[in-house]
Amino acid sequence: MAEVLVYVDHLDGAVRKPTLELLTLARRIGDPVAVHLGPGADTAAPVLAEHGAVRVLTADAAEFADYLVVPKVDALQAAAESVSPAAVLIPSSAEGKEIAARLAVRLGSGIITDAVDLESGDEGPVTRQSVFAAGFTTKSRVTEGVPVITVKPNSAAPESAPAAGTVEQLTVSFGELATGTKVVSRTRREATGRPELTEAAIVVSGGRGVNGAENFAVIENLADALGAAVGASRAAVDAGWYPHSSQVGQTGKSVSPQLYIAAGISGAIQHRAGMQTSKTIVAVNKDAEAPIFDLVDYGIVGDLFEIVPALTEEVRTRKG
Amino acid sequence: MSLRIVVCVKYVPDATGDRRFTEDLTTDREAVDGLLSELDEYAVEQALQIAGDADDAEVTVLTVGPEDANDALRKALSMGADKAVHVEDDDLHGTDALGTSLVLAKAIEKTGYDLVICGMASTDGAMGVIPAMLAERLAVPQVTLLSEVAVADGRVTGRRDGDAATEQLEAALPAVVSVTDQSGEARYPSFKGIMAAKKKPVESLDLDDLGLEAEQVGLEGAWTKVDEAVERPARTAGEIVTDEGEGGKQLAEFLAAQKFI
Ligand SMILES: Cc1cc2nc3c(=O)[nH]c(=O)nc-3n(C[C@H](O)[C@H](O)[C@H](O)COP(=O)(O)OP(=O)(O)OC[C@H]3O[C@@H](n4cnc5c(N)ncnc54)[C@H](O)[C@@H]3O)c2cc1C
Ligand SMILES: Nc1ncnc2c1ncn2[C@@H]1O[C@H](COP(=O)(O)O)[C@@H](O)[C@H]1O
Repeated sequence: MAEVLVYVDHLDGAVRKPTLELLTLARRIGDPVAVHLGPGADTAAPVLAEHGAVRVLTADAAEFADYLVVPKVDALQAAAESVSPAAVLIPSSAEGKEIAARLAVRLGSGIITDAVDLESGDEGPVTRQSVFAAGFTTKSRVTEGVPVITVKPNSAAPESAPAAGTVEQLTVSFGELATGTKVVSRTRREATGRPELTEAAIVVSGGRGVNGAENFAVIENLADALGAAVGASRAAVDAGWYPHSSQVGQTGKSVSPQLYIAAGISGAIQHRAGMQTSKTIVAVNKDAEAPIFDLVDYGIVGDLFEIVPALTEEVRTRKG
Repeated sequence: MSLRIVVCVKYVPDATGDRRFTEDLTTDREAVDGLLSELDEYAVEQALQIAGDADDAEVTVLTVGPEDANDALRKALSMGADKAVHVEDDDLHGTDALGTSLVLAKAIEKTGYDLVICGMASTDGAMGVIPAMLAERLAVPQVTLLSEVAVADGRVTGRRDGDAATEQLEAALPAVVSVTDQSGEARYPSFKGIMAAKKKPVESLDLDDLGLEAEQVGLEGAWTKVDEAVERPARTAGEIVTDEGEGGKQLAEFLAAQKFI
């Protein structure tokens, strides 16, 4: 069976969930070969094997952390040349898309970004995408070269499928462009203790209606009662009430959880672009005409400062 | 020496309109009014600020697109850019990101540049891949997704707010930069700016001028194919209740019935 390269997104060897989803999708079109760059391959390998990686190609070098994007492209190119894969799958993060973009140019391959599903077809992998703020669903495929495909988080449920996961050293020689952009300093984001926004099963978001940074505690309390991630509209982020890393929408994160709760958010097209594919949508808004109500499975017209704390209490009581 | 800045701007269907596909499954550019992609206004703004801080600089705005894309160029010129380049050719219809990046790279080389500035993503295709592709094709550093950018002493520096960390980046010119919508509000064209824009030069180029063949671009030259585009069924109307004091409880009951709690 053909092999499929899967780029591993990880933090010092702690593999992020979207990579496990990619391994699951990769098995539909071939044998997954994971590419792990940077430290922590020993920690990552058993997890990757457990989810179907037949091999784990690994390389560690200071360049991966010290320079932007290109060293990783050099490594993936080396992997693609040694494996001759049926496709290359990369998580659809900001960095993932940039890696994919350059790799496609180098391999002379077509590229598809932000796939939400993937299946095998007569002429190579067929992807499903959600476009125009999730107003349309398209099916596409790559017609030239090795398909380079980036896949959004929450596109598949990771399955356990134990495979050998043999760790092999990948030889990478960095090109001249690799050291072009220096990462002068890096400040890691502090962990919030809540689930990752794009990976969470439940997201609770607040908008302009939350009316102040200090009031976001109302949103956070509900999120914590539900074990959810916290999101925010751009209006709330621009006002400085919540960090940009939590913004949901066209220029923030796009999320597709089982449950999305929007409080004090009107539902502008750019916000919908990032949450419209959520399975169940709930909104609390005091304006009965707010466009968010066109999307909801359940909506309450009313004051979020009454409803959200009451809901939080109720959730806590029911969960005991 | 003058700092030559090229800003890549895209003409896109208005996101608040009813965007659709045409029969050949390309973006329908007739159905909805077009405009300069809002995310590219941020790129124009940063270009103008960088040019303002330099001793001597020239800002060229560049677009690849149909005749109407001229509107996007005019808007950027009225914001304050100095001149424009419009790549327009019937054979470009249906070009994918790889093809677009090829055409842009050729046009940028022909124009001459020290710094290329892009938006973070187009508001229609929203791939966010062109800046990285341009850096690859031009073989210069990519300094992308910046929320803050500055140019001094032949170097570009900036802040990139990534998923896991905030990074401070640095590269030597020439380079390709992209900026996010966190980089600072774009200015509105002034009346004077709008009048001045009418007299600014817009150079028109076709594939021939760039030494490209029709087969390298367009729907035929695309390396991806859209086989199907289906409108997402409108979400079925949900239940909407007005809070009479029991809203929190009612919501909890809904969530319990759906097995979320
Ligand atoms: C290029 C571009 C990109 C963009 N990207 C994004 C993006 O990524 N994400 C994003 O979210 N937006 C984005 N926007 C902005 C978007 O257009 C909207 O301006 C934004 O989503 C509005 O945020 P909001 O719903 O919180 O605020 P508003 O539209 O002001 O809505 C606030 C809502 O809160 C309700 N409310 C007020 N008080 C209460 C209360 N006490 N109880 C209950 N309800 C209350 C009001 O009735 C109102 O409906 C983008 C815009 C552009 C042009
Ligand atoms: N047709 C085009 N003409 C000029 N610039 C473009 C074009 N398409 C994309 N760009 C630039 O590339 C950026 C990213 O676009 P994309 O990769 O299509 O999401 C945009 O913000 C623009 O700066």
